[in-house]
Order: sequence, then C-alpha cells, then structure tokens
Amino acid sequence: MASYTKTMWHHVRRSPYQALAAVLIMMVTFLTISVFTLLIVGSDKIINFFESKPQVTAFFKDEAKSSDIDAIKNQLSKSVKVSSVKYVSKDQALQIYREQNKNDPLLLELVTADILPASLEISTRQIEDLGPIADDLKNNPAVQEVVYQKDVIATLTSWTNALRKIGIAIIAILAFVSILIMVTIISIKVSQKREEIEIMRLIGATNWYISLPFVYEAVFYSAVGAVIGWGISSLGIWYLSPYLASFLKGIPMPVNIIFLLELLGAELLIAAFLGIFSSLIAVNRFLNR
Amino acid sequence: MIILTDISKSFPTGTVALSDLSLTIEKGEFVFLVGQTGSGKTTLLKLLIREMLPTKGAISVADFDLVKLPKSKIPHFRKKIGIVFQDLRLLMDRTILENVILPLEITGRKIKESVIRAEELLTQVGMIEHRDKFPIQLSGGELQRVAIARALALYPAIILADEPTGNLDSKTAFDIVELLSNINQLGTTVIMATHNLDILKKYPKNRIIELDKGKLVHDKKQEKTNLTVMSGIFKEVQHETHHKSDKESKDSKKTDSHHEKEKGGDK
Repeated sequence: MASYTKTMWHHVRRSPYQALAAVLIMMVTFLTISVFTLLIVGSDKIINFFESKPQVTAFFKDEAKSSDIDAIKNQLSKSVKVSSVKYVSKDQALQIYREQNKNDPLLLELVTADILPASLEISTRQIEDLGPIADDLKNNPAVQEVVYQKDVIATLTSWTNALRKIGIAIIAILAFVSILIMVTIISIKVSQKREEIEIMRLIGATNWYISLPFVYEAVFYSAVGAVIGWGISSLGIWYLSPYLASFLKGIPMPVNIIFLLELLGAELLIAAFLGIFSSLIAVNRFLNR
Repeated sequence: MIILTDISKSFPTGTVALSDLSLTIEKGEFVFLVGQTGSGKTTLLKLLIREMLPTKGAISVADFDLVKLPKSKIPHFRKKIGIVFQDLRLLMDRTILENVILPLEITGRKIKESVIRAEELLTQVGMIEHRDKFPIQLSGGELQRVAIARALALYPAIILADEPTGNLDSKTAFDIVELLSNINQLGTTVIMATHNLDILKKYPKNRIIELDKGKLVHDKKQEKTNLTVMSGIFKEVQHETHHKSDKESKDSKKTDSHHEKEKGGDK
C-alpha cells in the first residue's frame, strides 16, 4: 500500500500539468453534479414542504357559528382523502401572525384578533384531491374564502422535473468527457512508463502490481476534483443562505450541513468509481497488447 | 532443470529464428550460449522466460511447462528466474538499493526484510558502498553488478544473462563472469549468452551451446560422445584452447629441460 502510494505520488509530481488538467476536469464535473443535486434536492424539499403543509385553508366568516365549523371539521375528518384537519381560532391566528412578523412592530400594532378570521387547515393525501375539497368548501355558506397552493406545487414540480432531466443529461455528458480525458491522461502516463512497466513484467510483477499506482493516481485526481467542486458549491450555498432564507420566508432551509456531508460522501464514491474505471481502461489497453 | 524438445520459432514475417532445437540443461550447470548475431540466442532466452511462445515444441523450465502455462501464472514463474540484460534495464529514477529491492517489493515482502536482503546482495556483488547512488552515477561494470544483484533477489533457481558483458571492457567483463561463476558454484544454474571468445577461452570447462541460423550446431556436452563435430565459434575456442594447452605443455617441457640443464650445470 505504502509503495503504491509512493509510486502514485511520484507520478503526480513528475507531470504536474497533466495532474492539474485531470483535477480541473473532475472539478467541473463534480461542481456541476453538486449544483444540480442541490437545486433538485432543494426544489424537492420545497415541494414536500408545500405538500405537507395544510394544502387547503378555508377562512370563515365572522358570523360563522362554531357548530357549523365543527360540522365541517367532522365531515372532512371522516373523508379518506384527508390526512389531517386543524382548526385555527382567531387568537391562534393572531399568535401565528405575531410570530411571523415579530421583527416588524408597526405591523404588530395594527392587527388584533378581531380582524383575523378563524380557519381550517386541511391536508390531503393526494394533491389531486385538493380541487374537489376546495370547491366543496367554497360552496359552504360559513366559508368566506378558500386558498390552496395547487398552482404553486404544479409549477414547482414541472420546474424540478425539467431541472432533473437537464441535470442528468449535463452530468452524463460531463462524466463521459471526464472519463475520456482521464483515460487519455493515464494512457500518456502509462506510455511514459513503458520501459519501467516492461522491466517490472520481466521480473515477475503481476498486472495488478503494475496497475495499482495508476488506479490510485486516477482516484486521487477524481477525489481532489470532487472535494474542490463540492467545496465551491458548498461555499456558494453558505454565501447565498441569507438571501435564500428571506426568499423562502417561513420555509425551512432545504439543505443543511448533514446533507452537504452526505453529498460529499456520495461524490467521493462516484470519484473512486470514475478513477478506477478510467485508469483500468487505460492500463489494460497497454498490458493486453 | 531446462528441457527443450523440438523447439521451432518462426515469425509472421517468415523469419525462422529457431528450428528443431532440443537440449537439456541440468540443475547447477554454467552454460555459455554462443552464436553470431541473428543466430537465435535472444529468441531462445525470450522463450525461456516465456516472453514468447514457440511455434512448435515443448519447453520445461524449473518444472513449469511454458507452452501450457496460463498468462496469469507467468509472474509466478518469472519470480523463479533471475534475468540479467545487456542493456541493464535498471530504473534510472530509483537508487541502487531501490532497484535491488524492486523484485522483493513485487512479492509483497516487508520493507525491512527487503532492505536487509538487498544490502546482503549488494555486499555479495561488491556494491554496498554505492547503495544510495542513482544508476547514472555508476560505471557500466558497476551497473551490471547491480543488475546481477537484482536478478538474485528472489533466490532464483536459474539465472539467464543476455550478453551481460557486451558493453564492458575485458577486465570488467571477466569480473562479471567471475561473479556469475561464483553464483553458479552456490548451486544456481547460469545460462549466459555471449560472443566474447576470450571469456569462452578462460572457462574451457564450461558447457558451450552454439547456435547458427536457429539451429544447434554444437553442444560441448554432446561433444564428449562425438568429437568429430566442430564448427564456428566453438571450433575456434577448441582450437585456441588446444593450442594453448599444447603451448603450455611445450613450455613446461622446455622449463623442465632447462631446469635439468641447470641441474646438470651445477653438477
């Protein structure tokens, strides 16, 4: 192991520009993987947030009787389509309002519990069930207004799907280009070491013994590229997080440090695979001649 | 033990490198493989290390059937053979010690053990004081000693040396053959390709196998039973050796008669 690492490091130092080219192409690939993963996962989490939140909110008229509200609540609770029903009284609505606007005293002063309506927050199991429930509620005389996020979710879902398709296509092309470049770089290195490899074969070195320093080298380039690509995207997220927080008001940040570390782990695994695959192609082409 | 049975080797270009060659080399022999350039010496050595396969025939080296040997077993086989090349084939970016350690490293020996063995070998070939130098800092003869040390690293049963003295002056060449001879006396079979007549003359007792155009034209071992066959280099060596021994015996006779005369004079 130590001798393979030593030989690998020797190869890296011998041709720093090839090493730099290999690291850069891998960095671009992994930066793209990171950015698209963050965008797709972020959008998915936002959609999940909307889907898990009360999807239909029915605001009651001030004169609505509590018996009417209870009747609607009971009726909805019995429906198999509905996953939860929550009643928010005028006082609870005020509390929520105060919490959301705690940094804006002017807005807090202007509002009292009287002007906020009581409401029912209804979650459905399927997004398609939102429409009929919303329509039923609109026809109820105790209900003043019905709000639901169907349009928001539909738009976000279509964006995420498009993003996923574009992302997968770009990542596939970049991964293919990275493998080709890595195969070329390792092939150059193998042919530079042709005589040394020939000597090793003649004195009894196995193909594995000859190949491993090149495999280590390719994995090293891929891993360094992955760490840099991931680092740049993580720094980007960290820099943008205050803007994202204000933009996604009320929605928790879609990515956190745990997720970023998981992403790094996954990228290192992909890097190892890309490195092993491309270096074995390059070395075997030479050894099987 | 090396057994070649009806070996022929021809190339796609139509060149016949070896034709119907059969010979046996016993364990512990020191054999000179001689012949002009293109006689098939290098092809024979390449066949013996399984760098190529014969077109026809069977080869057995150290109990390995080389024709049937699967590719995956070649590294295992080569660890049993020590090879010394005319062009040395040392790794120029590694020190002398690291070059000798290489075969040991390949077998996965621990670094401490490998260093001890490499130092032992460098001492044996008289190169221990150069252990930390790079090949570029050494002379041809010194490098050939290092190559021999590397070939000995894994205690091989057979050493194949392809013209190891080809690029050396005569004194250094004799030193290298002497070193191989010492190794042979410890029980290792040595096959050395050469066309240096002086070396052959200096070791008249060693077996000489002569190839010409891919055919075995002379084998001194067989000569014991067929003294009429003589050709090429071997003939020249035999002639020189006989001439030398005749001269030596005449000289000794002269010296004896001179001594007798002196003795008579004293009387």
